[in-house]
Amino acid sequence: MIKIKNITKSFGNKLVLSEVSGVFEKGKPNLIIGASGTGKSVLLKCIVGLIRPDHGQVFYDGRDFYDSDRVTRIEVRREMGMLFQGGALFDSKTVEENVRFPLDVLTKMTRPEKRDRVNFCLKRVGLENVNSKMPSEISGGMKKRVGIARAIVNNPNYLFCDEPNSGLDPQTSILIDELIQDISEDLDITTIVVTHDMNSVMGIGEKIMFIYKGRNVWVGNNRDITHSGVKELDDFVFANKVMNSLRNH
Amino acid sequence: MIKEIGKYFIFLGHLFINRETFKTYYKLILDECISIGLGSLFLVALVSTFMGAVTTVQTAFNMVSEFIPDYVISQVVREMIVLELAPTIIAVIYAGKVGSSMAGGLGTMRITEQIDALEVMGINSISYLVLPKIIASILMYPLLVIVAGVCGMLGGYLAGTLTGIISPNDYVYGLRTSYNEFTVVFALIKSVVFAFLVSSISSFRGYYTQGGALEVGVSTTQAVTTSVIAVLIADYLLAQLLLSK
Ligand SMILES: Nc1ncnc2c1ncn2[C@@H]1O[C@H](COP(=O)(O)OP(=O)(O)OP(=O)(O)O)[C@@H](O)[C@H]1O
Ligand SMILES: [Mg+2]
Repeated sequence: MIKIKNITKSFGNKLVLSEVSGVFEKGKPNLIIGASGTGKSVLLKCIVGLIRPDHGQVFYDGRDFYDSDRVTRIEVRREMGMLFQGGALFDSKTVEENVRFPLDVLTKMTRPEKRDRVNFCLKRVGLENVNSKMPSEISGGMKKRVGIARAIVNNPNYLFCDEPNSGLDPQTSILIDELIQDISEDLDITTIVVTHDMNSVMGIGEKIMFIYKGRNVWVGNNRDITHSGVKELDDFVFANKVMNSLRNH
Repeated sequence: MIKEIGKYFIFLGHLFINRETFKTYYKLILDECISIGLGSLFLVALVSTFMGAVTTVQTAFNMVSEFIPDYVISQVVREMIVLELAPTIIAVIYAGKVGSSMAGGLGTMRITEQIDALEVMGINSISYLVLPKIIASILMYPLLVIVAGVCGMLGGYLAGTLTGIISPNDYVYGLRTSYNEFTVVFALIKSVVFAFLVSSISSFRGYYTQGGALEVGVSTTQAVTTSVIAVLIADYLLAQLLLSK
């Protein structure tokens, strides 16, 4: 479980996040949604510690991330897996080396153990026979999946995904969403997914946080989202034609 | 400016805290050595051969007096190459070739979030990415300078003898006359310092790239400019410190 409290961040005099608080639960994907430029990525980066918030706290199962010593912070870091918006694969390494990387650096596993684990994770994301390809030789959707494989290879307790299905076709999107959901349930880990895709929201949105102009405006699930009574959220949800036609029926 | 320098020193500090195991670095350093050393060998040899050739021809051209024996030409060539041309001019070439590729590589890793990916795994990205580059530079650059010295004198020999400016015997005699080992030691000291400056400054520029592909280009150029300026200043300071009597 991850708890955030009063996260505030501004760049220069531009306030991007303002007093965002919330709880992300274990065993299911927790969605952060909102329009483009509202600060979702910044919020995610504040949670994992890539951007230091001006003030506010982040608790990883009770461990205060920003108010702990270096050792604890690294310990928490090593329990994280993250999928970046663009995949962020190391482009000098093959797919296999990319996925194996966290094991190489962070564990003392033997070679065969690592190979098995890597193949297991690649299979899990539906990729086989691409082990020796370079990131530049595979498609965008495959990069995302390799990114997920790398994020889960070291059995993380916390999984973060920044727009896992932006730029993917609807079918692959759904596959990836389901994959993220399955992984969260099977491994019983805390997963946070940033998205602005209504398909994902309706598909896997058991727990949703809606960010509007840097503030946490609404929290709920995909059953309540269509009748929240919050104007900003309605504007966001019903911007989608399909959703809108559903509403009018 | 002052802020940048401060940031640079903090950056250097991060190289040494919370490193990975020695085994991790060993392989990274080897990889860097191969790419830096082999990658620059041809260019360094080419440039220094021509440098030696041109220096010989120009020195001969300037020695108009009948009373100066021919072997002085190669003596002058030796001193120029060992003291200044090999370590310093090659450092400028090195900044252009290796420094720019370090900055470009790190800049690309920054904007494609590869550096963030390392950080999230709990890896100190500065020491993981930059330390091997600096160590490999410090190991390889002095070797390149030695190669440059040899090639430079060889280039001088070829230019001098083929055009009949100086006889082979005189050239070799000149190289060996009143030779002072300290010049070579001084050249190697310089090359270690320059290698450190070029690799650390270029990495610093690349590492803190912000923005997109355009900014990677900007930091690459800045890496070369800043490294060259630092090399020239260090060159002057070292000469003052170690050569003035
Ligand atoms: N490093 C930075 N420096 C200055 N401003 C920044 C920085 N990072 C983000 N911002 C600003 O913060 C705001 C929120 O950006 P963020 O990337 O979080 O948006 P987002 O909600 O993730 O949008 P999208 O859905 O398009 O990815 C933007 O206005 C952006 O300009
Ligand atoms: Mg974003």
